[in-house]
Amino acid sequence: MSVKNVLLVLMMVVLAGCASKGTKEQDDLGYGTQSGPAAGAQSGGVSQGSVGAGSAFDDSAAAGPRASARNRTVYFDFDSDNIKAEYREIVAGHGRYLAANPGVKVRLEGNTDERGSREYNIGLGERRAQAVKQALLLQGAAASQLTTVSYGEERPAATGSDEESWALNRRVEIVYVP
Amino acid sequence: MHVIPRRLLAGFATLLLLLAGWPLHAQLRIEIVGGVARPVPIAIVPFGWQGSGPAPFDVAGLIARDLAGSGRFAPLADRDLVQRPTSGTGVDFRDWKMLGVEAVAVGQLLETAPGDFTIQFELFDVLRGQRLLGYRLPAPAAELRLGAHRAADMIYEKLTGVPGIFSTRIAYVTATHKGGKPDVFRLVIADADGANERIMVESPEPIMSPAWSPDGRKLAYVSFENRVAEVYVQTLRTGTREKISSRAGVNGSPAWSPDGRMLALTLSRGEGNLDIFTLDLASQMLTRLTDQRSIETEAAWSPDGRSIFFTSDRAGGPQIYRMPADGGGAQRVTFEGNYNARPRVSPDGKRLAMVTNDRGNYRIAVFDLERGFTQVLTDGRQDESPSFAPNGETLIYATREGGRGVLATVSVDGRVRQRIPALEGDVREPAWSPFRVN
Repeated sequence: MSVKNVLLVLMMVVLAGCASKGTKEQDDLGYGTQSGPAAGAQSGGVSQGSVGAGSAFDDSAAAGPRASARNRTVYFDFDSDNIKAEYREIVAGHGRYLAANPGVKVRLEGNTDERGSREYNIGLGERRAQAVKQALLLQGAAASQLTTVSYGEERPAATGSDEESWALNRRVEIVYVP
Repeated sequence: MHVIPRRLLAGFATLLLLLAGWPLHAQLRIEIVGGVARPVPIAIVPFGWQGSGPAPFDVAGLIARDLAGSGRFAPLADRDLVQRPTSGTGVDFRDWKMLGVEAVAVGQLLETAPGDFTIQFELFDVLRGQRLLGYRLPAPAAELRLGAHRAADMIYEKLTGVPGIFSTRIAYVTATHKGGKPDVFRLVIADADGANERIMVESPEPIMSPAWSPDGRKLAYVSFENRVAEVYVQTLRTGTREKISSRAGVNGSPAWSPDGRMLALTLSRGEGNLDIFTLDLASQMLTRLTDQRSIETEAAWSPDGRSIFFTSDRAGGPQIYRMPADGGGAQRVTFEGNYNARPRVSPDGKRLAMVTNDRGNYRIAVFDLERGFTQVLTDGRQDESPSFAPNGETLIYATREGGRGVLATVSVDGRVRQRIPALEGDVREPAWSPFRVN
């Protein structure tokens, strides 16, 4: 794993530590228990805080082109396009930023983990990108500011074949287009 | 190297890439990991050489390797060859019979002009003492390898009744992720034995879903080189290519109709919902075949061109469905298990190869369309992208080994398996070519 990925994992551990309720999710297809980034917090031994994610963010820093990678990435459960509670404020912040700055555009890049067939995963990544798009529209962003692309499993953020890597790869990246 | 028309280059200023195939040095090697219980003993006698200087190519060696690689034959080791005839008149059947050899191939490589050769070979049935085959294949120096593969194809067909696939090719995608360096994605073509690799496209953005045209002259594929998914068709001989579909949203999963006139495509039309369409390549007429809120993708045509099989999750998880190729209602095909996706239809139309979830592992399975049952053929955790050899006997697929993607083949009865590990990068999405057109 590259240094960049290690940093990303560490950031996820911190983030998950803030947000996790310490539960594991059962996926709806019954493949067995899948865990999201919260699992990284558990295995990393970070205390199980229950601080609301919203309080951690200040719109001016958390959204817009200068937002950190962490604040521009939304992670998903296995086979799900549901934006989890801990990411709703991140997405809403970007939506408000876009509404206030109608000249700014973003590309929503949907991604999946490596499991399953590649073109089907393009479909899952597209669903995730669309979910974030709908959430941004709800905050007043205009459709003309938003484009989506699904990379499916082709652009992994972490290259391992384990739960931790998969959790990091099931994501939508909000990319500000210059 | 071929020249790329300027108008094609114009649009790709920043890019990367293309083209008409530059060599990539020996990335693949084959290992046999399984076989039939008793491969048939045969002898491929080293070929004679008539020409100037040393023989330019070991024809018999490649034929023997091809036949051994099929898992159905066991060529004698060189040291066990009791005689070394180079034509039929020198073959003494009694000696071969004592060794238990069932067939003997002999031959010569003849230099007919500087740089031009003829591969002359004969095949004998040892038990009956019969000449089964005698053939002369002309080949320029650069095509000696292909000529030897063709000879192996003919021998294989004579002995098994099934056309050989040694002279066919495979297309696949490689990805190299190196820390700090940009990713490199390549679309590569190689001989079926992994030799002779040629890079067709190279890009820092993903390349996906290579699909051979039925005449074997073109590849359709998906490229993200413009940061969106687009479908291209590239002519192999020249390297020239055309952008076939760059509609809003997803453009993916190209599949040629058996007559080569249409491409089935997966499009989202900017609505975020994947459906299957057909595009008539001559008229550019686009026809919508599905209109569902679920994911519809991974189209595969039946050999008669009348049906399209595809993946849909309209019932929850992905399953395989079938619909008329000109539109109309779809019927669900697979019911067993919670994940069946990416169908490919066997050349005789009787079976599907697909990816199935087998107790938490993604594996290659064959589904019998007549009898309705599934047979899982592989035992990996992340096996995907099965593709039928044109004779229908073997599947090539992508698997993982030591944390990276490699290619493997498996016979449709699951008994013969081979690994084709790459030396560098992740290898994925193999597509087996049709039989070569002369």
